[in-house]
Amino acid sequence: MVLRAPAFESDSGAPSLAGTPLRTPVTISSVGGERGFRRRLLELGLLPGTQVEIIRVAPLGDPMEISLRGSRLSIRREEAAQVRIKPVDPPARPA
Amino acid sequence: MNELQDVAGARAPLVVLAGNPNSGKSTLFNRLTGGSARTGNYPGVTVESSIGVMKVGEGSAELVDLPGTYSLVARTLEERLTLSAVLGLEGLARPDVVAVCADATVLSRSLYLLLQLQELGVPVVLILTMVDQAEGLLPEPGILESLLRCPVVRVVARDGLGLDETRQALSRAIDAGPPPPVWRWAPGEDLREAIELARVALPPTWPASDALGLWALMSWTPEGEEDAVGALTPELQQAMERLALHPSDIDDEAIGARYAWLDAEVLPLLQGQADRSFTEKLDRVLIHPVAGFAVFLVVMGLLFQGLFAWSDPAIGAIEMLFGWLGGLAEGALPAGILTDLLVEGVIGGVGGVIVFLPQILLLFLILGLLEDSGYLARVAYLMDRIMRSMGLNGRAFVPMLSGFACAVPAIMATRSMPRERDRILTMMVVPLMTCSARLPVYTLIIGSLFVGSTWVQSGLLLAMYAFSVLTALVTAWVLSKTLLKAQPTPLVLELPTYRWPRLRDVATMMWRRTKEFLKDAGTVILGCTIVLWGLLSFPANVPTTIDYPAAIAAASSEEQVQDLENALASEQLAGSYAGQVGQFIEPAIEPLGFDWKIGVGLIGAFAAREVFVSTMGVVYSVGDSVDEEDAGLRARMMEERRADGSSVYTPLTGLSLLVFFALAAQCMSTLAVVKRETGGWKWPVFMTVYMTALAWGASFLVYQGGRLLGFQ
Repeated sequence: MVLRAPAFESDSGAPSLAGTPLRTPVTISSVGGERGFRRRLLELGLLPGTQVEIIRVAPLGDPMEISLRGSRLSIRREEAAQVRIKPVDPPARPA
Repeated sequence: MNELQDVAGARAPLVVLAGNPNSGKSTLFNRLTGGSARTGNYPGVTVESSIGVMKVGEGSAELVDLPGTYSLVARTLEERLTLSAVLGLEGLARPDVVAVCADATVLSRSLYLLLQLQELGVPVVLILTMVDQAEGLLPEPGILESLLRCPVVRVVARDGLGLDETRQALSRAIDAGPPPPVWRWAPGEDLREAIELARVALPPTWPASDALGLWALMSWTPEGEEDAVGALTPELQQAMERLALHPSDIDDEAIGARYAWLDAEVLPLLQGQADRSFTEKLDRVLIHPVAGFAVFLVVMGLLFQGLFAWSDPAIGAIEMLFGWLGGLAEGALPAGILTDLLVEGVIGGVGGVIVFLPQILLLFLILGLLEDSGYLARVAYLMDRIMRSMGLNGRAFVPMLSGFACAVPAIMATRSMPRERDRILTMMVVPLMTCSARLPVYTLIIGSLFVGSTWVQSGLLLAMYAFSVLTALVTAWVLSKTLLKAQPTPLVLELPTYRWPRLRDVATMMWRRTKEFLKDAGTVILGCTIVLWGLLSFPANVPTTIDYPAAIAAASSEEQVQDLENALASEQLAGSYAGQVGQFIEPAIEPLGFDWKIGVGLIGAFAAREVFVSTMGVVYSVGDSVDEEDAGLRARMMEERRADGSSVYTPLTGLSLLVFFALAAQCMSTLAVVKRETGGWKWPVFMTVYMTALAWGASFLVYQGGRLLGFQ
């Protein structure tokens, strides 16, 4: 298969959503993972540039409830680990 | 799928209901179709769909409820179903309108699906549900309509508000016909080339649209034939391999552009956020590490208790009723084969089906209340981590727990799980949980063979429960790593707002599930009962050791008559087909410590595990009305001797038998519901094979291992 490398950088050293403290708005910088897995996260709105915030974490650490685009979603820790984040870009979009 | 015909012979309109999971789709469907809904299976997948009739304009339309989905892009055949259903591909009828259900409180995410449908040129009507919770959130009517370029209706399905407007909007849309495709973004040059490559390679029966080309690009995965796209045509496979763009870039561009539009055009229209304060407060307790688990234990305990104890009176009543009916028939009709067939085969069989209803109704009542209130999502949330380490889904918890009462309703409850693979995995291990039908067998064996210390007896019983849970979890883990490997797809758990459950919706669901059980599983159970009756009753005239009729006539007391009748029944059973099969399989079960008489009991147990006890009663000529506590039966068993003079029933044999019963697939009713829920015989057969093999192997290990260690 002839492929160009993906345009996004798979910066696996960067901080991820899984390690973000509660109630701290952050911006998604990139999303990693296998194609189908990654695409699903994107389709749910977890896109580079989106502002998200962790609302709560389940008692066993997994899953975590996040807020984005004005609504809530619960994703697993291993999924959150694939979402790379950076501090919020001003001006902030509503989370 | 569309079966409605009006008098003139023209097809009635078909409306398909799509939308995200948890968008209130099912409630809306129930309200629009009233009681006319039934369930149907799409060919090739175990996905259920509901089909009903709704009034639309002057006439009626067929309404089909599709499984909830976030996107049309598909990885598996199951996921491709929505695409096929909205476009009328692969032999499905093309709908006149696609009604898109969207939760008004999470509008942006809900509209993603709508954008995809409009790119495909599918005629849509947007139905905003739960608008009562989006008070003040939504823009004025008309604004969304002009922005989204489709009719928009607002409903509160649970209260039945907005249904007439829905019918009118659908009616107008049906008359209006299909609109042109609407794209709210323009693919870049590279993507346009890729779309073109894909478009010309689509299957010839599919419409050759750019949107479908894009769909193929996004759905394709390089591995496996299970994927939704690669299996379509070889040309498509080759086209995918010649792509210059990386798949992730395609996803970034397309998904990013759609959301960019939603963020720019829709998000600014929404004023504020939905009010979740009540839900928040409640969740602070219910998902709290300590309080949450405490509440969870109480709720699950109630469920457990309910299934075990509260349905008992009803079950007892039904058994009595059918026993009485059988007695009536026996008394009223001449003795003979046909009467026996009627009484034990038909009446017994129908009774054997109806007896499940109390537990099914109770389980679905509780499940429906928990689901409707929103609490069940919290259960899945709390248990997800633990269940997933075994390869199971968080939503498998309640079915597994219910399996302690009876596997039949438990298996029916797996339908709440969104993914086929999760459903099937759970169905395969639920029967390993110690169901209440195994208890009489355990009691008989433990009571007869482990006399003396009640501590040993209860310890052993507890051990059996622990053993069953352990086996179920390990088996789930093994199956999840081998046969039923999961796709690494994010599984999203939505925590809906808490609401007061609507009894009406719960009752509708209960009624539908019961109907399905009676029709689909019930017929199989009835059939098996009759077959088993035949095996146990024929050949009718078995050569006997003494002339029983003469001996009975010459008997001097009631007791003697009873003894003779029991002995006769025993000899007849030994000579029956079941008895012959028992003797035939004896070499196979001897290494487990069993003899052919136990073998016959195992065959009888196939009807229902507790039948083992009454079958053993007949085999040992103590009559079939004994129960597991009967001293006579126990005494007789202890007297049984093998050819070499040693006891048949030793603690070791008992242990082997216990293990066998714990693991073997011995319930035709379970197999019947698995067949119903999976839509075929493949999985029930697999279940029978693997469980029987497991049982045999474990029993063998126990018995032979024990012998090696010096036990008898």
